[in-house]
Amino acid sequence: MESNLGWKEYLITRAIRVAGYSAIVFVTLIFYFLLREGLPTLAEVKLTELFALRWYPIEKYFGILPLISGSLIVTLGAALIAIPFGIGTAVFISEIAPRWAREILKPLVELLGGLPSVVLGFLGILVLAPKLRLLLNLPTGLTALTGSLLLGAIAVPTVVSVAEDALDSVPRSYREGAWALGATRWQTIWRVTLPAARSGVLTAVMLGVGRAIGETMTVMMVTGNAPVLVTSLGGLFSPVRTMTATIAAEMGEVANGSVHYHTLFFIGMVLFIISLIVNVTASAVVFRSQKRAERVLS
Amino acid sequence: MNKIEIENLTLQYSDGNESLRNVSMGIRENAITVLFGPAGGGKSSLLRCLNRLNDMADVQTAVGRIMLDGENILDPKTDVIALRRKVGMVFARPVVLPLSIRGNLTYGLEVMGESRRSKLDDAVERSLKQAALWDEVKDRLDDQAIALSGGQQQRLCVARSLALEPEVILLDEPTSGLDPISTAKVEASLQELKKDYTIILVPHSVQQAARAADFAAFFLQGELVEYAEGKSIFTTPVNKRTEDYVTGRFG
Ligand SMILES: Nc1ncnc2c1ncn2[C@@H]1O[C@H](COP(=O)(O)OP(=O)(O)OP(=O)(O)O)[C@@H](O)[C@H]1O
Ligand SMILES: [Mg+2]
Repeated sequence: MESNLGWKEYLITRAIRVAGYSAIVFVTLIFYFLLREGLPTLAEVKLTELFALRWYPIEKYFGILPLISGSLIVTLGAALIAIPFGIGTAVFISEIAPRWAREILKPLVELLGGLPSVVLGFLGILVLAPKLRLLLNLPTGLTALTGSLLLGAIAVPTVVSVAEDALDSVPRSYREGAWALGATRWQTIWRVTLPAARSGVLTAVMLGVGRAIGETMTVMMVTGNAPVLVTSLGGLFSPVRTMTATIAAEMGEVANGSVHYHTLFFIGMVLFIISLIVNVTASAVVFRSQKRAERVLS
Repeated sequence: MNKIEIENLTLQYSDGNESLRNVSMGIRENAITVLFGPAGGGKSSLLRCLNRLNDMADVQTAVGRIMLDGENILDPKTDVIALRRKVGMVFARPVVLPLSIRGNLTYGLEVMGESRRSKLDDAVERSLKQAALWDEVKDRLDDQAIALSGGQQQRLCVARSLALEPEVILLDEPTSGLDPISTAKVEASLQELKKDYTIILVPHSVQQAARAADFAAFFLQGELVEYAEGKSIFTTPVNKRTEDYVTGRFG
């Protein structure tokens, strides 16, 4: 009986261990593949040409700065929309809304999160872009701003549901302690509940931004895809092209092993590194504030 | 003098059960009034009516009146924030905010808009002395409050509500998580405090009720069964159910 149990135990731990290690192996393999296909670019294209301002592969212009700037401005815009709106909605759902409103809003947000991004892109082209063009009197409605708005809409559900969970797990006694001291609802949220939930709220923001950076379909549909360097916030109102959209649009028609092919993988590497930086910063910050919070709250 | 008059208070949560049924009682100034009885009797519910903390719970109906200094605090026009400063509350588990010792004490004043350092420092010292905690923490006011022992945290919570200069203090089983020595300290400081405040205490045991009570009210399933001076209710209860409870036959 006992040896039988020990044997099962052995199998199960083994299986779990294999699953865990294989995740690491897969990520390593993907990274290796990315490096193998992307690094040759450094030999084929001069660094000064690579970090130049013109992306026009057919004429052998491989400057990726416009693409990087395009991704950054669209993501930045999306974050500026998704963070306040997402955290605000989370606070509303968990702290302010009456119960019936909460019960409608929560599943609604989840539903919104499950909307395929192609559908949002469609709405962007058909509804949002024409409206923006008229409203802002632009030559075209397909701009970085359009992308930002849609990406913001894509990131909001993630931010809301993660931040809402974090707020929800703050013990009720914290709030009551503050209320009993005569703090208003708003003072309690601002000075007790949000600070107590800060690591979860931060995670929410990072996951939301992470989703925005990696999103391809929507931005490809609505940002106009003009590889132009963005140098100021005014660039929000003109067409841009992001790294993800470039890879998605061009990978299909490029000759295997060509310079263009390698450069697309190189862009993938850059994207990978950017999201790595975002993630590592996020977990470092979360980890730090968690340790501080544990010291203080446990 | 009665500080508070509760008149025909009936409270119903949204599940429809009456947690308080037609309760009427007067609460004397400068005395400790104890609310005791078995679990679910409505003691906490009554306390939470007195500072309108129940506004935040899903209460279905609250009828009757609670007169504090002649004003009905259940009136929708009551300034709840001002009420909660006048009626302080200490909970069963000490809820220290994630701030320093000083920060916990000044939080209530700061949200009120007080920012003068001298005022805040005065309040810190006065309230800590009243809660018999000053000597233990005066050299480390800027340490995190969570580093205090459980008993010290609970006295910090008492001090925190005192810092707002309330008139009434509600305590809901304030010593339930404390060791006997800390419990004795909290009880001793309550005896000091009643000289200046109206105190309403939900004790965590009948023994504590008997030790602390000037007046005592026995609650059973939402009903106020018996209300009398502490000396008499624990020695010569009038009602049979009260007697059974204080002699330990149930509960
Ligand atoms: N927020 C709430 N929502 C619904 N019902 C509640 C709520 N708070 C209390 N009740 C109900 O009201 C009744 C009285 O509860 P209350 O907490 O006042 O009792 P108590 O005398 O303080 O008991 P204990 O000694 O366990 O603290 C119980 O039946 C309880 O289930
Ligand atoms: Mg209770």
